[in-house]
Amino acid sequence: MAIGWYLVVSALIFCVGAAGVLLRRNPLVILLCLELMLNAGNLALIAFARMSGTGDGQIFAIIVMVVAACEVTIGLGIIVAMFRRRLPIDVDELRELQG
Amino acid sequence: MSATTAAWIALAAPLVGLLVISLGWRVWSGRAAGVIGTLAIAVSFAAAILGIADLQSLGEDERQLTSTAWDYANTVGVDASVTLLVDPLALFMTLVISGVSTLIHLYATGYMASDRGYVRFFAYLNFFVFSMLLLVLAGNFLMLIVGWAFVGAASYLLISFWYRRETATGAGIKAFVINVIGDVGLVLGTYFIVFDGGTGSLDLLTTFGEVGRTFAENEGSLVAGCILLLVGAFAKSAQVPFHTWLADAMEGPTPVSALIHAATMVTAGVYLIGRMWPLFEQAPAAADVGAVVGCATLLIAASIALTQTDLKRVIAYSTMSQIGYMIMAVSAGAYVGGFFHFMTHAFFKALLFMAAGSVIAAMANVQNLDRMGGFRKAMPFTFGCFVVGGLALSAIPPFSGYFSKDEILLLIGEQGGWYWVLYVLGYLGALVTAIYTFRMIFRTFLGDPVPEARELEEGHLHHAEPSNPADGTVEDTDVGFPGPEHHIAERTPSMKVAMAVLAVLATIGGVVQIPDVTHVLDSFLEPTFAGSAKFDQPTDTTLLVFGLVLSAVLGLTGIAIAYLIWVRRPGTAARLRERLAPVYELSFHKWYFDELFDLVFVRPSAAIGRWASSTFERVVVDGVFVGGTTSLVRVGSAAVRAAQSGFLRVYAALLLLGLTGVALWLLLEST
Amino acid sequence: MTEVIFFIAALGAIAGAIGVVALRNPFYSVLALVCHLLALAALFLGLQAQFVAAAQVVVYAGAVMVLYVFVVSYIGGAEQVIRSPGPGLRVTAAVFVGVLFVELSIAMLGSGLKAVSTDGPGLNADYGQPEQIGELLLTKFLLPFEVASFLLLIAAVGAVVLARRRRGLDPEPPADALTAGDLVRRPAPGTMAEGVGTRSILTEQDEADQAAGRTPIGKGGW
Repeated sequence: MAIGWYLVVSALIFCVGAAGVLLRRNPLVILLCLELMLNAGNLALIAFARMSGTGDGQIFAIIVMVVAACEVTIGLGIIVAMFRRRLPIDVDELRELQG
Repeated sequence: MSATTAAWIALAAPLVGLLVISLGWRVWSGRAAGVIGTLAIAVSFAAAILGIADLQSLGEDERQLTSTAWDYANTVGVDASVTLLVDPLALFMTLVISGVSTLIHLYATGYMASDRGYVRFFAYLNFFVFSMLLLVLAGNFLMLIVGWAFVGAASYLLISFWYRRETATGAGIKAFVINVIGDVGLVLGTYFIVFDGGTGSLDLLTTFGEVGRTFAENEGSLVAGCILLLVGAFAKSAQVPFHTWLADAMEGPTPVSALIHAATMVTAGVYLIGRMWPLFEQAPAAADVGAVVGCATLLIAASIALTQTDLKRVIAYSTMSQIGYMIMAVSAGAYVGGFFHFMTHAFFKALLFMAAGSVIAAMANVQNLDRMGGFRKAMPFTFGCFVVGGLALSAIPPFSGYFSKDEILLLIGEQGGWYWVLYVLGYLGALVTAIYTFRMIFRTFLGDPVPEARELEEGHLHHAEPSNPADGTVEDTDVGFPGPEHHIAERTPSMKVAMAVLAVLATIGGVVQIPDVTHVLDSFLEPTFAGSAKFDQPTDTTLLVFGLVLSAVLGLTGIAIAYLIWVRRPGTAARLRERLAPVYELSFHKWYFDELFDLVFVRPSAAIGRWASSTFERVVVDGVFVGGTTSLVRVGSAAVRAAQSGFLRVYAALLLLGLTGVALWLLLEST
Repeated sequence: MTEVIFFIAALGAIAGAIGVVALRNPFYSVLALVCHLLALAALFLGLQAQFVAAAQVVVYAGAVMVLYVFVVSYIGGAEQVIRSPGPGLRVTAAVFVGVLFVELSIAMLGSGLKAVSTDGPGLNADYGQPEQIGELLLTKFLLPFEVASFLLLIAAVGAVVLARRRRGLDPEPPADALTAGDLVRRPAPGTMAEGVGTRSILTEQDEADQAAGRTPIGKGGW
C-alpha cells in the first residue's frame, strides 16, 4: 500500500483521540484517548521510517511507547489516589487547585 | 562707596535680617529678634543716605545708574537679569521706606513684646521691607513684578498674623485676592508695553527711551497697557473699586497697619505711576483715568471716614483718601507734589497709627470709638502725638501735610482745563479730612473719661478677657492670638522714642519743599523726570498764595466744625444722623461696595463651587472618569478571567485550537 | 493480499478508536483500545516493522492495558455521569477536530514528497529485525535509550510515592490486620485471639459501647 494511506489512517485516529479528550469527562477515558493519539503518532513514525528506509523511526516509536507507559503509570496512580481520597472522578468537578 | 553698592547693601540688609531671624528662630530669646530686625533696617537706612550722598556727587546727567548682578532669565523672548535702577527717585523712596520702617520696627519691639509670635513677626516685617525695596529699586519689569508679588505675600502674612482669629484670616485672603487681580493687571500691562509690538526690552530705562518711537500718542495698545498697570496700582493702593481690602486689613497688628497700610505698601501704586511717567505722558488718556479715579477715591474714602466707629478703620479710610491725592497727583503730572506728600504722609500716618495702637492697648484691645473718651489726662504723650499727626493730616500750617497737599493742588491747578474740577474737589476733600480727623481726636481724648481712662489715671492699665474686637468672639492669648499684656506709649520707651521722632518729622518735614522758598525735593528728583513735559516748577504766584490761604482756612474750619459737633453741642451728631439718614447709611456701609462685590462675584463663585463639588465632581469625575476607567478595567479583567476557568477540557480545546493554528500556518508557509 | 489485510486492520483500528470515545462504560473503552492496539500491530507488520509490532502487542496491549484493566476494576466504571457535555463543547470539539483533520489531510495529500504515494524504497533483509533495532539502540540512539530507562525508573518511584498512605489523609488500615511483626514474633499465650494471631478485634470505641450497653456492630460472631 502506498505510504499515504497509512498516514491518512494515522491522522484519522489522531483526530478521533483529540475529540475524545474534549468530549469525555472520566479521566480514565481521557487517558485512553491520549493513548490513541500517541499510537497515531507511532503509526505515522513507522510509516515515515518505511518511507525513508532507515530504522530511526522505529526507534522513535519504541521510545514513544516507553514514554506512554511511564505516563500511564503516573496518570493512573494519580487517579487511584484521587479515588482513595474520595474525590469525584470527573474532570469538570476537579477545577480548583486546593487540597 | 558708590551709589549702586549702597543700593545693593540697602536691599540685602533686610534679606540678611530675615534669614538670620527665621533660621535661628529657636535660638532667639526675648527681644533679640526685634533688635536684629531693627538693626537690619537701620543698616538699609544708612546705606540709603550714603547712596544719596554719592549720587549727588555725580553730574546731573549721570544720576540714573543701573547695576546688574546676574542673568536671571534668558529664554524665549524674555531677557531679564537681576538689575537695580539707582536714581534719585529710587533712592528717595528707599530712604523714606527704610527710615520709617526703622522707627516702626523700634515701636514694634515694645508693642509686640508679650506676643508669642514675636520672632515670626520680625521675620515677616523684614521680609516685607526687603520686598518693598526690591520693588522700588527694580531695574526691569521682571524685578518689579517679583517685588510686587512679594509685597502682596508679605501683606497677607502680616494681616493674618494672629492666624487663629477667623476675621484675620478672612481679611488676609480678601487682601490677597484683590492684590492678585492687581498682579494680573500689572503682568498683562507689561505684556502690552514690552511684547507684542512693544518696546521689546524688559529693562526700564530702555523701555522709557523706546516708548516715544514705538507707540504713537494715545495708541491703543499703549493705553491698554497703561490702564492695566493702573489696575495693578489701584489694587495695591486701595483705590476704588479695588479698595475693599484695606479696611479689613486693619485686622493685623498696629505696627503692620502703620508700616504696610499707611506708609509703604499702599504707596507702591503711586511709585509705579510715577516711575512709568514716560508711558503715561505718551498715553494721556490712561493718565486721565488715573487722575479721575484718584479724585473719586479721595472723596469717597473721606465721606466714609466721617461715620466709621472703629478707630483703626477711620485712619485706614484716611489713608485711602490721602493715597487718592497722591495718585491724582502723579497721574496728572504733579510728580513732586505726589512724592512729597508720600513722604509727609508716611510720617504723620505712621504716627497716627502708632498713637492709635497706644490707645487701643489702653482700652485692652477694644477699638470701638463709641467706647472711648477722655483719655487726655491719662495719656498725655499719646494725645500730643495724635494732635500733631492730626494737624499734619488736616493741612494746618506749618505742619508738613500743609505744604505737601498744597503743592499737589497747586501743580494740578496750574495745568488748567478740566483739572480745575480736580482742584476744587481736592480742596473739598481737605475740608472733610479735617472734620473726620478731629472727630476722631475729640471723641477719643476729650469729654468724660471712660472707665479704662479712669483706671489709667490711677496708674493701673485696664485688662479684659481676650476677645475679637470686631465681633466679640472669645479668644485666648496663645500663639496665633494677641498676647496677654498691652503696651502703651507712656510706659514703653521704644514706642515713645519712635513716636517722638515721627512727631518731630511730621512737624518740620515740610521744610524741604516750601513753595517758592526751598527746592530741595524737586531739584533732587529732577534727573529722574528729565524730559518730562509736566515736570515744571510752579510759576503762578497768585494761585500759590490763594491756595496756601485757602488750605489753612479750610483746615481750621474743619477743626471748628468738628469741635462744634462733637464737643460743644453733644447732641448734634445724633440729630444730623437722623436728618440725613440715607446719606449716613451710605457712608456707614462704605457705599455698599462690599455688598455689591458679594453679590456679583462672591455668591456666583460659591454657587459654581457648590455645583462643581456636588454635580460635576459626582457625575463627571467620579462617575465617568474614575468609575469609567475602573469599570473598564473590571470588565476587561472579568473577560480575561474567564479563560482561567479550571476546566481541563477547555484548556485541552484551546491547546487543540493552537495546534490547528500552527498547522494551518505551516501549511500556508509551505505553498 | 496486503491491501485486504491493510483495510481490515485499518477498519479495526478506526473502529476501536471510535469505540474508545463512544462507549459509555470505561471498561468497554479499555477493551476497545485493546482491539485498536492489535489492529495497529497488524498495520505495523504491513510496514515491515516486525519488532515494533511485537513490542506493541507484548508491552502495550499486554502490560499497559492490563494496568488499565486493574485500575478500572478498582475504581469501577459507574461514575460515568449521565449528563453529557453541553452542546457548546460538542460543537466546538467537532469543529476543532474537523478542522484539524482537514488540515492534516491537505498536508498529506498535497504533500510535495513524492515518496508518499509509493510503497516505499526497497529494503535490506534486516530492516525491522531485532538485530537492526538493537544495533541502532546501542550505537546511534544510545543516549535516548539510557534516558528512557531513567524515565522508567522515575515513573516507578513516582508510582510508589503516589501509592503510599499519607497519615491523616487516608483512612487508617484496620487495627487487626496482620503485620510482618506478627509473623516473626512468637505468639504469646493468652487469649484465643492471640493464639490465632490477631489482636482483639474490639477497639476502645467498641468497648465503650459495650460498657454503655450497646452491642458493637460488625464485630459480632466468629
